[in-house]
Amino acid sequence: MNYHITHRTFYDYAAPVSVSHHVARLEPRATAAQSCENFSLQIFPEPALRKTRTDYFGNQLCFFAIQEIHSKLEIITSSRVTVEPKIPSQNESVSPWESVAEMFRDPVSPEVVDAYQFVFDSPQVRASQELAEYARESFGRETPLLAGARDLTRRIYEDFKFDPRATNVATPLEEVWEKRRGVCQDFAHLGIACLRSLGLPARYVSGYLRTHPPAGKPRLVGADASHAWFRIFCPGTGWVDFDPTNNVQPAEEHIIVAYGRDYGDVSPVAGILTGGGAHEVKVSVDVEPLE
Amino acid sequence: MSDADNMRRNRNERQMIQTQTQSMTGEGGDAKMAASASLLFNYQRTAGAFDELLATNGEIFPHYAKLLGELEQFGAAELSRRADASQRFVHEHGITYNVYGDPRGMERPWQLDPIPFVIAPEEWQQLETGLIQRATLLNKILADCYGNQDLIRSRWLSPALVFGQPDFLRPCHGIRVPGDMHLHFYAADLSRSPDGRWWVVSDRTQIPTGAGYALANRLVTSRILPEPFRDNCVHRLAGFFLATQSLLAQLAPRQADKARVVMLTPGPHNETYFEQAYLARYLGYMLVEGQDLTVRDNHVWLKTLNGLERVDVILRRVDDDFCDPLELINNSILGVPGLVEAVRAGTVVIANALGSGLVQSPAFMSFLPGLCRHLLGEELKLPSVATWWCGQKDAREHVLKNLERLIVKPAFRTHLKIAEVEQDELRRRIQFDPDLFVAQEHVDLSTAPAWVGEALTPQPVSLRVFLVANGKGGYAVMPGGLTRVSPDSDGKFISMQRGGSRSKDTWIPSATPVEELTLLHGSNQSVELRRTGNNLPSRLADNFFWLGRYSERADATSRLLRSALLRFNPERTGGAKPLLAPLLQTLETQGQLTGISARPELWANAEAFEAELLAAIFDPERAGSLRQTADHLQRLAMLVRDRTSNDMWRVLSQIDDRLAAPRPKLVMLAGDAVGVLNQTLLGLAAFHGLARENMTRAQAWRFLDMGLRLERAVYLCTLLDATLQSPDAENPSLLEAILEVVDCSITFRSRYNLLPTIPAVFDLVLLDDKNPRSVLFQIKQLVKHFDKLPKERGDTASPGKTVLENCLARLEKTDARELASSSAKWSDSALAATVRHTLRALPQLSDAIAASYFAHSAISRTGRGDWP
Repeated sequence: MNYHITHRTFYDYAAPVSVSHHVARLEPRATAAQSCENFSLQIFPEPALRKTRTDYFGNQLCFFAIQEIHSKLEIITSSRVTVEPKIPSQNESVSPWESVAEMFRDPVSPEVVDAYQFVFDSPQVRASQELAEYARESFGRETPLLAGARDLTRRIYEDFKFDPRATNVATPLEEVWEKRRGVCQDFAHLGIACLRSLGLPARYVSGYLRTHPPAGKPRLVGADASHAWFRIFCPGTGWVDFDPTNNVQPAEEHIIVAYGRDYGDVSPVAGILTGGGAHEVKVSVDVEPLE
Repeated sequence: MSDADNMRRNRNERQMIQTQTQSMTGEGGDAKMAASASLLFNYQRTAGAFDELLATNGEIFPHYAKLLGELEQFGAAELSRRADASQRFVHEHGITYNVYGDPRGMERPWQLDPIPFVIAPEEWQQLETGLIQRATLLNKILADCYGNQDLIRSRWLSPALVFGQPDFLRPCHGIRVPGDMHLHFYAADLSRSPDGRWWVVSDRTQIPTGAGYALANRLVTSRILPEPFRDNCVHRLAGFFLATQSLLAQLAPRQADKARVVMLTPGPHNETYFEQAYLARYLGYMLVEGQDLTVRDNHVWLKTLNGLERVDVILRRVDDDFCDPLELINNSILGVPGLVEAVRAGTVVIANALGSGLVQSPAFMSFLPGLCRHLLGEELKLPSVATWWCGQKDAREHVLKNLERLIVKPAFRTHLKIAEVEQDELRRRIQFDPDLFVAQEHVDLSTAPAWVGEALTPQPVSLRVFLVANGKGGYAVMPGGLTRVSPDSDGKFISMQRGGSRSKDTWIPSATPVEELTLLHGSNQSVELRRTGNNLPSRLADNFFWLGRYSERADATSRLLRSALLRFNPERTGGAKPLLAPLLQTLETQGQLTGISARPELWANAEAFEAELLAAIFDPERAGSLRQTADHLQRLAMLVRDRTSNDMWRVLSQIDDRLAAPRPKLVMLAGDAVGVLNQTLLGLAAFHGLARENMTRAQAWRFLDMGLRLERAVYLCTLLDATLQSPDAENPSLLEAILEVVDCSITFRSRYNLLPTIPAVFDLVLLDDKNPRSVLFQIKQLVKHFDKLPKERGDTASPGKTVLENCLARLEKTDARELASSSAKWSDSALAATVRHTLRALPQLSDAIAASYFAHSAISRTGRGDWP
């Protein structure tokens, strides 16, 4: 499937900003099942400094600094992405989760060291015995790894209510757990925390999701949004994605931008301003399928 | 304090000591024996611990013999006197340690034991070799973890130690640092076990603190024990700091003579702020906070009054993950946004490198012997205390089996408080997440002689030692260190943060006289002459300005309260009080007395009234009390500590001490309070005298004096306004009180042989520009200062200057002779209007100064759009 994606972020500051530094992770990364062409990143006002590099997790990162006094900032990306269809793996072909968890106990074989990084607590995701218990309902004895993950995804979808007003970017996972509400970021963190509490490696993925207009209505341009889900390491297969917000296993309608340990590693745009005061952000995303 | 002062002080002390020892030896041959018996009479080796002074056979170790001999010659009385002198030095130099969350106030005087810890030179050499090896090893591990990570892939190091650690800073991975040097400074805590071996108990690689305290201990100890210090040929510490300067100069990306090194501090609330200010001054670096720095064009700049100045090297006392809110800790807005990118670009060097905290986790210790063989091809020379990291199966089993006799610690930096966790719960946690825990063998600390009561007593000690990279791949060890003493004889932990412990100077004697070193450059070097020092950071200008304001606020408050107390006479309840009203009104307008005018009952009750005045002086809880003002002064002085002389510091701490002295329950009489106010005024006069006579007329002095002038004008105008509003405005007794408050009684009497009248008093106090206590004088000084300030870019008429010129014009237009013929009520007169005009202009002036020179806008974080 081919997509043309535009992602526009617009900041309107209450007070003038004299200098600002930003980090953007907006370029869809190349994976085995995904390729990206014609990526462009436009920034207004023109940054005094702009550098692109690859971050620790292999994501493309753009660092930029604006040094003229400004009260608006606009970041627009555009890209053409090809996603190969993925065929969901069969449960039976996969080893029980306990044996996978055992692989990630010291000493760990060098072949899986890279995945091992994603077993540990990260700033926004902390394992706990409580989450381990919750996860065990999906991961009974000898449950095949992916069957467990699929069931965990379903339970998060059913047990937690999608509610954009319940949480914000700073809401800790404990509060999401308590309120049983949140958004895609919270559900991805929750899934990751459950898996890590069992000693399984899990990653946070930020990206986009193709949305379908209601039957008979035209597709609305710019009505899509950024999205987040998680992936789990499956020996022999590699990383397998799960989307607890929609209770699906991403096939060809999820577009990956970046991955890391949690949101903090991959936030699409982060910035520190001198001045600025209160400000408004507007984000619009358009995921246009190309025939 | 100047070198000349030091010499004089030392000489005096030596003379005093000589007379005392002479009188002692004069008592006859037994005196020495008696003294010896009296110092060690209670000294007994602790069972199961190594003693640093006495061998098992009861003999004194040779390296302590010389010191002990001299101490015995001094005798107990003399040593007590010197111990007291040492605490006085500590107090006068403001050597403190901040204790978090302490209700008694954060700042603690540093506790110093006068008896140094002596280490035999041969033994020290071995320690040095072992420490250098260890620092080299830790640096190599850091270089690998932030580079290829071969150690992880080849299983020399468990990946969990790196990947599971919050101190592994992923954004810093792959950054090239000059000379592959991550660990510029390293410190280790050492303890000696009962068999006499030294062990490393902890490694300090993030911010190795304590070298400044070691230096402060040396300063004090070498002064109170000058003879033993000289006779033992103790190795000097200066070499270590010279090496520090030379290393940091080498690191600079720009040419060394242009390079600017700054020390980055988290600020005055940090536990070791004293040390930071002390070291910054000793090393000659500017002490800056994150908000003093900014990144532009990928370079780091210091914000000064004259604009931005480039920074080359940052000596870091801020935890690495707090250094850049953009790339490191996400929920902090401390630090300097863009700093990591500047480091990545190589335009600035940070010491220690960002991320160096990684290897100070105790979990690394169990891997060091293997890593040392692998990386250096040598055996680890200095062992770590036995350590088991629970991430490994065998170690975990050992720990769970021996839980009660081991000390369990978090393997990584964490919020976990293990001491508060019960053993069963701890066991469960270790089993659930074993990577997070290490356990260590308990070391029975060795004991060394300390001065307790009137005798030498063995107390447990641990030693922190310091290393600095030499820029050629090796390290230099500070010959000495920071010895800490535990107050309990079975001391398991020694922590300055927990309080109660003392510290000691550490002596490495030499057989031959040691080389004297100085941090000042040699005279054979040609020096470019300069008339200005380093440019003043905006934040410091702000602090100096407020230091000036608060010093004058303290002065005005003391004067007003003193005159009020002197006039207040319980026997004349009705008579004098109305005449006090303008004085008290002034304090009330400035928010320092509350509701005296609104509470008429106070006027009737002499005791309540007096209590109110005393509270305005001594009550630390009361807003605007003199005591609070003195605390503010002390705090501001702390903020500019590296820019002011020791004398200024001493004067201000004495003021604060004096006001803090009275116990709340002590009955305080008005007469006593007047005495304290007199002392306070003398102290402030000393402070202002030091400022006027001893500070160069550079920006720091200018902002201090502007603050003072502005504040004085505020109080003068408030008092003059309150006087004109008073129904008793013309009463000569009231006017005399005004003259007394503004210290003009003598001048007035020498000019007029009359009772004071409003025109005569206001001519002197408002309009006489020869009178340093008049309003016009303050305004004229402020105008002079404004002309000398750096000009804002492209801005000719600054708003502050306009305000000032308006005030000046209005005051100069006022003719005192016309006042004499005025018939209007004083409260509505043109004179009152002028005073009030000035009074209203002053806050505008202060705001304008702040806007032009102190503006350091807060940084904030961008938000983001909603998620689906």
